[in-house]
Amino acid sequence: MQTSEVREKIADIISDIALDEDLAGLDDSQSLRDQLDLDSMDFLDIVMELKKRHKIEVPQEDYPQLATMNSCVEYLTPKFMQ
Amino acid sequence: MSDDSFDCVIIGAGMSGLAAGIRLAMYNNKVCILESHSIEGGLNSYYQRKGFKLDVGLHALTNFAPKGNKKGPLGKLLKQLRIPYDLFHLKQQIQSRVAFADCSLKFTNELDILISEVEENFPSEKENFLRLVKHIQDFNELDYDNKYISAKEVVSNFIKDPLLNEMIFCPVLIYGSAWENDMDFSQFVIMFKSIFLEGFSRPQGGVRTILNLLLERFKELGGEIRFRSAVEEIKVEGNKAIGVILKSGHFIRTNKILSSAGLVETQSLLGRENNPEHVGKMAFTESIVLLDKKPCEFGVEDTIIFYNQGTKYNYSCPSTLYDKSSAVLCLSNNFLEDDEQQGIYRVTNMANFEMWNQLERAHYREEKNKVLLNAKDTIKRFIPLFEGKELLNDVFTPKTVKRFTRHENGCVYGSPVKIKNGKTDIDNLFLCGTDQGFLGVVGAMLSGISMANLHVLMGGR
Repeated sequence: MQTSEVREKIADIISDIALDEDLAGLDDSQSLRDQLDLDSMDFLDIVMELKKRHKIEVPQEDYPQLATMNSCVEYLTPKFMQ
Repeated sequence: MSDDSFDCVIIGAGMSGLAAGIRLAMYNNKVCILESHSIEGGLNSYYQRKGFKLDVGLHALTNFAPKGNKKGPLGKLLKQLRIPYDLFHLKQQIQSRVAFADCSLKFTNELDILISEVEENFPSEKENFLRLVKHIQDFNELDYDNKYISAKEVVSNFIKDPLLNEMIFCPVLIYGSAWENDMDFSQFVIMFKSIFLEGFSRPQGGVRTILNLLLERFKELGGEIRFRSAVEEIKVEGNKAIGVILKSGHFIRTNKILSSAGLVETQSLLGRENNPEHVGKMAFTESIVLLDKKPCEFGVEDTIIFYNQGTKYNYSCPSTLYDKSSAVLCLSNNFLEDDEQQGIYRVTNMANFEMWNQLERAHYREEKNKVLLNAKDTIKRFIPLFEGKELLNDVFTPKTVKRFTRHENGCVYGSPVKIKNGKTDIDNLFLCGTDQGFLGVVGAMLSGISMANLHVLMGGR
């Protein structure tokens, strides 16, 4: 799977969680938490959605890997390939 | 006995139970909500009389936040439930006031108004008040590990004027405290933020608007809800909850139980004696009058008035049927851009459950009527402009609350003992709702969400 496809899948999840938020201006190298006002409940949801939609498990110690869009793509691409 | 089994059973289809149900169903749990009543809502339900739709208890939704604010409780819960902001159709309050004998403090959803009112009435307290607000803003009231601290003690470290102290506590206590004349500081912070820093609004259409959204969402996600299904017993094997037995005798097996029934009520379902210290004492009467005219037609700008006769606010169970010396007067559709057809007012008085419970039927009616007459007098005094042809009136007492919600003593704010992490001494059985301790309608939904997240989705991590 291309990294661009992985990005799209992550963006789909985030836009479902941050309902009223516009993702168009998102800076992929900056913190998702700060740009979209995400909190720990939202990160739980990103993890839950990854599991529900793509059967991908993210152990709690790896949550910091989800900090930015770039780090999400980097961390999750190998998991999407499995 | 049929084989009826679920991943999770939720006791009670109130705000917390429905919100918890949505979270669990969203992540593929097989969930069943059991409700003893024939409709949803619990302490915040609705009914119909003479063709008019009425809310049971809703004065206003606290925790107002404008669209786009994701950090407050309202924003968090909408996100967690995937409900778009606009679907709540929130209308903001016009203004409210705390009205004591010789002093009145107006507030709106803009904190500056309250600050300037404090400055005007208590010039020497302005800085203290600002420091208190700062302390509250910085406090994490949602930390499950917070221990009980007396709110009266904390606040009196900031506010020196006893009258201002009483006036600040008045709305905060009567809109959420299960304790008499004080409350846990965490709960005080929840209420202070929700009333003074965030503020009041009303969903267009009242509580039904929210309940319909929750119910629809829950069913859409495949959740199951059963009405007229009162739980009689929580079945425990070893130290593990394994299911519930309904009043009908039907057994439902489940891995986890979230109970929104209340702390003592859940203990009763386990077949245990009530600990008298866990039973709340604060109960209320509420008079509801529907008029053919709306308050805005007379230029009335009040949404809610917290009235108290003296300089000291006595928030405790009265030794009479009800306490006339203070009341909450709520014009529950006098909000900005309201398009309801009728005008309505509600008057809430503190009341004594035991005394109401002991009244004979005829006497009970008579006393209810006195409560109503007193309510009408109170409205006449405070909002003399608001008049019209009466379309309907109704009074509920603590006994009514007990009958419909099964809450001991008819306590709408539950037990003075709150279990913040929702844990019980039984494995797989958790509390959510009023006795978990996030207060108000928004708080109740957040409680259901948080407990579902913590104990089921995250498996208690």
